[in-house]
Amino acid sequence: MNNYVIDLTLKPTTFDLWHVCLAGTVAVLALILIVLLLAMVISLARRKPEIQPAAPAPAPEPIVKVVEKIVEVEKLVHAPVPEPVVLKEATPDAALQLLGLLQKEARFIDFIKEDIAAYGDADIGVAARVVHEGCNKAINEHFTLATVRNEQEGSKITLPQGFDAAAVRLTGNIVGTAPFTGTLVHKGWQVTGISLPKLTAGHNAAIVAPAEVEL
Amino acid sequence: MKDLFSLQPKPVEAKPVVEEPETQPDESVAEEPAQSGTRFSVGIDLGTTHCVLSYADLNNIDDEEFSPLVMAIPQLTSPGSVEDKQQLPSFLYQAHAAELAEDSTSLPWAAKPNYLVGEIARNLGSKTPIRLVSSAKSWLCHAGVDCKAPILPAEAPEDVERVSPFQATTAYLQHMCDAWRSLHPEAPLNQQDVVITVPASFDPAARELTVEAARAVGLDQAILLEEPQAALYSWIEKSHGDWRKQAEVGDIILVIDIGGGTTDLSLIAVTQQEGNLELTRVAVGDHILLGGDNMDLALAYTVKAKLEKDGKRLEPWQVQALTHSCRDAKEKLFTHADIDNIPLVVASRGSSLIGGTLRSELTREEVNRVLVEGFLPKVSVSDRPISRPRTGLRTAGLPYAQDAGITRHLAAFLAKQQGATDELKDINLPEHASFLHPTAVLFNGGVLKADTLAERLMEVLNSWLSAEQAPEARLLEGADLDLAVARGAAYYGYVRKGKGVRIKGGTAASYYVGIESAMPAVPGMAPEIQALCIAPFGMEEGTQQELPDDEFGLVIGEPVRFRFFASNTRREDKVGTRLDYWTNEELDELDEIEITLPEENRRPGEVIPVHLCAAVTEVGTLELQAVSQKDNGRWKIEFDVRAGE
Repeated sequence: MNNYVIDLTLKPTTFDLWHVCLAGTVAVLALILIVLLLAMVISLARRKPEIQPAAPAPAPEPIVKVVEKIVEVEKLVHAPVPEPVVLKEATPDAALQLLGLLQKEARFIDFIKEDIAAYGDADIGVAARVVHEGCNKAINEHFTLATVRNEQEGSKITLPQGFDAAAVRLTGNIVGTAPFTGTLVHKGWQVTGISLPKLTAGHNAAIVAPAEVEL
Repeated sequence: MKDLFSLQPKPVEAKPVVEEPETQPDESVAEEPAQSGTRFSVGIDLGTTHCVLSYADLNNIDDEEFSPLVMAIPQLTSPGSVEDKQQLPSFLYQAHAAELAEDSTSLPWAAKPNYLVGEIARNLGSKTPIRLVSSAKSWLCHAGVDCKAPILPAEAPEDVERVSPFQATTAYLQHMCDAWRSLHPEAPLNQQDVVITVPASFDPAARELTVEAARAVGLDQAILLEEPQAALYSWIEKSHGDWRKQAEVGDIILVIDIGGGTTDLSLIAVTQQEGNLELTRVAVGDHILLGGDNMDLALAYTVKAKLEKDGKRLEPWQVQALTHSCRDAKEKLFTHADIDNIPLVVASRGSSLIGGTLRSELTREEVNRVLVEGFLPKVSVSDRPISRPRTGLRTAGLPYAQDAGITRHLAAFLAKQQGATDELKDINLPEHASFLHPTAVLFNGGVLKADTLAERLMEVLNSWLSAEQAPEARLLEGADLDLAVARGAAYYGYVRKGKGVRIKGGTAASYYVGIESAMPAVPGMAPEIQALCIAPFGMEEGTQQELPDDEFGLVIGEPVRFRFFASNTRREDKVGTRLDYWTNEELDELDEIEITLPEENRRPGEVIPVHLCAAVTEVGTLELQAVSQKDNGRWKIEFDVRAGE
C-alpha cells in the first residue's frame, strides 16, 4: 500500500453514516452557491436595470419585479394632476395638419388630384382662384412670412465674411474669398412665426378631409 | 418624486388666505398661490355675433397709461383642432350623438364640454343650420318669448335638443370663464372687476337675464355697461387724456354702433360742472335688428339674381357660400379703391373642383347700389322707416327691422330725441331745429370700418345739419371699431375706482305699470288703462324710489300681473305721474311683470295692501318690489314672466 491511488470510478460499496454526511455537505454547499449567485444577479439587476447582462436562466422573476416598480413610479407622478386635458403637440402631425388646412381652406388636394388636362384654361383659372384665395388665407393665418433679404431682386448685394450660408445660397461663379458681391436673384422667404391649431387626443390627422354625407 | 410639488414657492404665506373662492367649481384651485383679491379689470363684450374679453392689470397702471389686452380665447375651430382667437363667435351647435368622433371636442380645460361654442359651432352650423343656435342675445330682449324655455334653434326639427337663449348666453360666458381660468389660474375671474356690456336698448328683463347668466357662471360681482358708453370710454382711454381737447362743452356726441346683427344709437352730452367736463348719456335708441350680416346677405342675393338670370339655379348651400365670398369681396372693394370688380367663385361640394365651380363677380357699382344706397340712402331728416304690417306666420322668428335704411332709423331717432337735452343748460338747440343736432360722431362696429359707408353716413347727417344751418358734425378719430366695446368695458372697471371721467347715465327710459282706471264698465269696451310712472328717466345706479300713495291690494298666493311700459322720450315724468293718454311712439309696451305673494305666515286668499318701489341696483339692473303697507314686508316683482302660455 505504498502507492496511494484514488480511483474515481469506484463506487462505494457500502453506504454508511460517513457517506450520508458527505452527501449532505455537498448538497448544502451547492445550495449556498446557488443562493449567492442569485443574490448577486438580483443586486446587479437592481443597480442598472437597463444594462441587462445575459442573465442566467434561473433568474426570470426579479426582472419582472423591476418592471413593475417602474410602472408604479409613473403612476405616482400622474396622480396629482389628472384634470387638464393634454393636447398633443402639433409637431409629429404637422405635415398632415398643414395638408388638412390647405384642403379645408383651399381645396388643395382636390385640385392637385384632379386631371387638369381635360379642361380648358378658363375652367382651370376659376378653380385656381379658389385654391389661391384659400391657400393665401390658410398660410397667412398660420404662418408669419418675411423675406430673407429686403433688397430689390436684381440689385447688387455684398455678403460679408461669415454670412449665414443657410439663409443665403451662393450660385454661379463662386471663387475667391468673402466679401462676395453678386446679384440678388431671389429674395428668399423665412417663417418668423407659426401657430398651428392644437390637436385633441381623438383627432386623426391622417384624415385630411373627411368624407361628407348629406342626410 | 413626491417632492415634485414642494418646489412650489411659498414665500408670502405668513398671513392666512382669507378669501378663498367660495363655490368655485374648480378642481385645480387647491394649489392656489397666495395672490388673491382684485388684480385685473376685465371687460366682456357679449356680442350678438362675437364675444371679446379684454383685461388690464390694475397694479401696473400709471396715470393716463391704461393699456388693456385682449385675451386670445382657445376654442375648437373644427372637430379635433383647437386654436386661439381674439373673438369667440356667439354660436352654439347641438351636435348629434353620432356626428362627432370620440375625443374630438376636448378643450384645454374639459375633455367633453357641455356645449360646442365658438368657431366650431359656426362652421358646423353653416352646413347644418337646423342644429345651430345664433343671435341668442337678440332673443333675450325679444318680447313675447320665455327666455328660459328651450326654444332654440327655432327652426329645428323635433329630435334636436333645444336650449334657451339664457342657457346659450351662459354657455358663452362659461367658455370665457374657463378660458380665463386656464390662462390665469392665479387670478380667479370671480375675484376680478368684471364689466359685461349690453346694448343700450336692452330692456330691464334682458339686463336682468344677463346678470343672472353671469351669476350662473360664478361672476356674482359682474356689473353692466351700455355698449355705446363702452365705445366712448374706449375712445377716451385711447386718446390718453387728449379727449378734453377734442370734445368741448356743448357737444352732443352721437354714437353709432353698427355690429353684425344690430344697430344701436346713443347720444352723450358734454357739459361743464365746476370747470370740469362732464359726460351725460341723454338718450338711447330702439333695438334695431339690422347689421352687417344683412349687408352680406343682400349682396349674396344680388349675385344670386344675376346668376339666375343666366339660367343657373342655386341651392341653399351655394347661397351660403356666396354670402361668405361676398363678405370677403365687399371688404376688398372697400379697402382697395382701385379695384372695380372682384370675381366670386363657389366651389362644388364634391372632390372635383374644376368644372363644377360656379363663377360670378361683384362690381363696385353693385356694392354701392346695394349697400350704400340700400342701407344708407340719402334721405331727408323728415323721412321715417317704412313699416309694413307683418304678414302672418311670423310667430317664432326675431323681429328683424323691416326697413334696411339705417339713415331713416337715424333720422327717426334724432327727431324723436329732439328734447333730450332740454334740461342741460350748456346745450342750446336752435329754435327752428326739427331734430337734435349732434356735433360729433363716434363710430363703432365692424361695418363702419368701410370708409365708403362711414363717409356716406357722415354725408347724410351733415346734409341734415346744414339744411338747418347747423355746423357740420365732426368724426371722433382713433376708435378701434372691433374691440372698442370690450376695451372700454375694461377701462370702465378702472374708472369705477375713481380714476378718469365717468359718463353719467342712469336708466335710459322711464317705466310705467298699467292700471285700470276706476270708471263704470261700458259693455263691449275694454276698461281704460292708465300708465303709472314707477321709475323716472335717468334714475342713477344705487338709488330707489317709492310710491307710497298708490296702493294695490294683492291676494296672497295668487299671481298678479301688471302691464309694463317704457318710454325713452318722456323725461319729465316723476314717480307717481299718471298718464291717461299717450301715443304709440311715446310708450313701448314691454312684457308683463308678475308678482306672487308667498303664503308663509299668512292666510291664502288674504288681501294685502302694498305699494310699489323701484330701485336701480349698483349692477345696473332695475328692480321692482312690492312693499307691504302693514309690516314693510318686501317681495320682488319678476320681469321674466314671458313664459308662453
